[in-house]
This record gives sequence, structure tokens and C-alpha cells, in this order.
Amino acid sequence: MENNWILSQQHHRVLTLTLNRPDVRNALSTPCLELLVKHLEHAQTDDNIGAIVITGNPRFFAAGADLKELQQQTVASAITDKRPQVWRRFAQISKPIICAANGYALGAGFELLLASDIIIAGESARFGLPEITLGLIPGAGGTQRLIRAVGKSLAMQMVLTGETISAEQAQQAGLVSEVCVDALTLERAQAIAKRIAGHAPLAVNAAKAALVSAQETHLTEGLKLERQYFVSLAGTDDRQEGIAAFFEKRSPQFTGR
Amino acid sequence: MINDTVITDEMILTTLENGVLTITLNRPDRLNSFNDEMHRQLSAAIKIAEQDETVRCLVITGAGRGFCAGQDLNDRNVSVGSKAPDLGFSVETYYNPLIRRLVALPKPIICAVNGVAAGAGAAIALAGDLVIAAKSASFIQSFCRLGLVPDSGGSWFLPQLVGRARAMGMAMLGDKISAEQALQWGMIWQVTENDQLATTVNNLAKHLATQPTYGLGLIKKAIHSAATNTLDEQLNLERDLQRLGGRSQDYREGVDAFLNKREPTFQGK
Repeated sequence: MENNWILSQQHHRVLTLTLNRPDVRNALSTPCLELLVKHLEHAQTDDNIGAIVITGNPRFFAAGADLKELQQQTVASAITDKRPQVWRRFAQISKPIICAANGYALGAGFELLLASDIIIAGESARFGLPEITLGLIPGAGGTQRLIRAVGKSLAMQMVLTGETISAEQAQQAGLVSEVCVDALTLERAQAIAKRIAGHAPLAVNAAKAALVSAQETHLTEGLKLERQYFVSLAGTDDRQEGIAAFFEKRSPQFTGR
Repeated sequence: MINDTVITDEMILTTLENGVLTITLNRPDRLNSFNDEMHRQLSAAIKIAEQDETVRCLVITGAGRGFCAGQDLNDRNVSVGSKAPDLGFSVETYYNPLIRRLVALPKPIICAVNGVAAGAGAAIALAGDLVIAAKSASFIQSFCRLGLVPDSGGSWFLPQLVGRARAMGMAMLGDKISAEQALQWGMIWQVTENDQLATTVNNLAKHLATQPTYGLGLIKKAIHSAATNTLDEQLNLERDLQRLGGRSQDYREGVDAFLNKREPTFQGK
């Protein structure tokens, strides 16, 4: 792709995408965000990729959107902005996205984490939605996904004060699943991705879809969806293989069918 | 005139020699007590330790007869009738970041306590990884005499180092604890004769500056984390840190030197 804003590296069935705009603290301008989504959509269609890791650099995961873009925005251009569409495409990626976050994840950078599936944080990580300090509010799921992840009081506090929280606080609040030594954050995320990518792809796909639906529907509807996903796996080769391998005490050989 | 200003402004002296950065608190007429400007200069000096790769050991000491008497009360413009000050501001702005940076510095820190270390000064002394005191040095938790609380980590370091009973005694009575007593209680690493402090610290610092600095940084992290981790968390942390240590150049150099019966040359990486 046309520039090196996103570095892409595949190892076995894990694709690692690195946000690489250190001069602007990995700010997620619309072109940069679009490029990231293009990489994800490409990975989506590649059968050799089972899971995706997104990371930044030691000091910044991503420090927000491009303020110059926002400065030029009018009500009219905000209404017709294509950015929400790009975020929707991000949310439609059905393969698991694991984020390895060291340093600052702010604004849009934090919303990217919220829109992904698993967050592994380095001890140095700090999370926040400082939009309010600029006279605006989070516009890419920040107010919606955060409150579902951490509950009302902390979400309100973060959005209304714009103050950041530490990796430790984020883990206590259920926002991140693990906190590690900074130097091992990416490695840990990749190990988790590798583990996921070794499972039956259709089952992983169905599991993620079922989990996502838990946030989008009420319980009865969610249970119905879960049942449908469960049933949809009944006829797959990999399900037979998975159970057979268990009884035969061997590693399963999944084919993705 | 300009020269005079420069000289009087140096509240922190630094020298860098053989990988050892020595920071000297330099307001001897005020027992090296802190004002805001001294905090700013100390902050700049610590930045050198953080950013300069050639620094492999940090020494902190005091000029004159004291180590550090904590906050300079001459800088606290309060009287009985005046409005209550916000001391939390000074703690949050200066003292807390200082202690956090010292604890997080991935390099060994020696505090050479040459004389009285009182209040925040005592806490700063105890924030060092190896604390060496001259026989005439002393430690005083003076806060209780003014209605205040040990700050700069004092209320954390003390019970860690000497246990709750002694920590309470020190914090509530504000008595002067001699260097010998501090050593007996396990509060510090070593006591030297007054005229031997500089030589002892110098030799130790020079030694540390030739050691596997990266590994020492990992040790520091492990020991500091132990105070708040469960055994299970600490075992996981040890695994992670050992993984990093095993990847260092110095580990391979150390093993190679051992197997070939030669002296290792560590790069600190």
C-alpha cells in the first residue's frame, strides 16, 4: 500500500499491524484509519490469517484523531463525513482483533481499542477520552462502548473530565484483560492471537459474532442468536475433527470447512 | 552580576564520570532543603540519568553537613491567621513525580546520606536502592511535629523497611534515628566512618556501573513490585522479567565468561 503509516507483518496465521506515524503520535487521521481498515478487510478475505494484532509504539498506541481535520469541520461536512462509515467497516471485521497497547491510547486511539475484541495493556498504558477538553465529545463509539465495558460511574467520569486512567485501573474495570511488562505486551498479544488462530476458523468466527451480539441485543434475542450460531457449526468438518481429536488424544487438524 | 546569578542558582550539582552520575543537593546553608526551583533543577538532573545511556549508576548526596532537610519552611508563607495552604499541590507537582521517577529508573541508585535526612529528605534517602550513611547521619520523620503526614513515600517505605511498630514510632514521635540504629533496623544497607563515606560510595558506584545494568533494572522492578503483588502475580512477573533478562547481551556475555573462566565485560544491555 502507498505509504508506511501501517506496518504489516504476518507470522504463521497471525497478522500484526503496527500504527507507524510516530511524528504525529500515531494520530488516526481519516486516511490513516481508512488504510488500517483496508489492511483489515484484506486480512478478512485471506484464509491464511486467523487473527489480527494491532499495536503502536512504546510511547503511543494512538493519541487521537487528526485535530486539523476536526478544526476544519462544519456541521454540514460533519454530517456527510465518511469517517463513521470507516468505523462501521472496522466493526464488521469478523476475525478476532487483539490490541497490544503501550503508552497513550487517547480519543480515537482509545475508541479503536474499544471497537476491537481483546486488549492487552503494557504497564505504561494510559487510556482516556479527552475530547471534552476540546469542546467536543467522543464520536466513534467512545460514549457507547466504554459505558458497556466499565459501567456508568467510571465512563461518565472519563468522558466528562477527559482524564486518563492507568493500565491497572483499566484492568480492574474490566476494560483490558491482561497487563504485562511493557517489553512483552506485543509478544503476549501475539501469543493469544496465535492460540486463537489455531482453533477452527468457523467456530472462532461464530464465537466472536455471538459475543458481539451480546452487546447489541437483549438477552432473549442474544440466546436465540447464540443457538443459531451453535447450530450453524453442527455440519462443519472442523467440529467433527475437533471432537474426534479430543477422544483420540491428538491435536486437531482444522481445515476451515 | 550574571556570573553571581549563575553560581547562586546551582542548587543541584551534577558530575558524570565512569558511568556514574552524581547528583549533589546543593543548598548547604539551608541543609539542602527543597524549594520549587531546586525541585526543577533536580528534575532536570534526573532526566540525564533517564536519557543518557552512558549513565549506569546514580548517586544522590548532599553538600555540606546535611543530606536533605525536606521542604524549606521559609518557602511556606503561612501564619496563624492566614488562609490554609494546599500542600497537596506541592506533593503532587514535585515530590510524588520525583519519587516515582527514582523508583522507576531502571538503573541502580545509591543514596549517600552524609548528614541529617529529615521529612521528605528522609523519604528521598530511603527511595535509593542502596542507602549508605555516614556514622553522623540521622533520619527524622519530622512531619508529626507540624500536624503533617510523612509524604514522598515516607509512609510507604518505612513500614516496608522497618515494620509497622517502628514505622509508627518514627512517624508519630519524630525522633532522630541514628545511622547505626537505621542499620540495625534494616532501614539502610551500610554505615561508614564519616571520612570514609565518599570513598565507599565511589567504589560501590564504580562497581555497579560495570555490572549488567539492564538486569539490575529488572531486579529493581521485581523487588519493588513484590511489596504489592501476591506470590502468584510475582511468580508471573519473575517469569516475564527473566525472559527479558535472558535476551540481554549481558546474560550471554556472563555465561560465556563463566564457562571460559574469564572476566565478563558487561555493556549494560
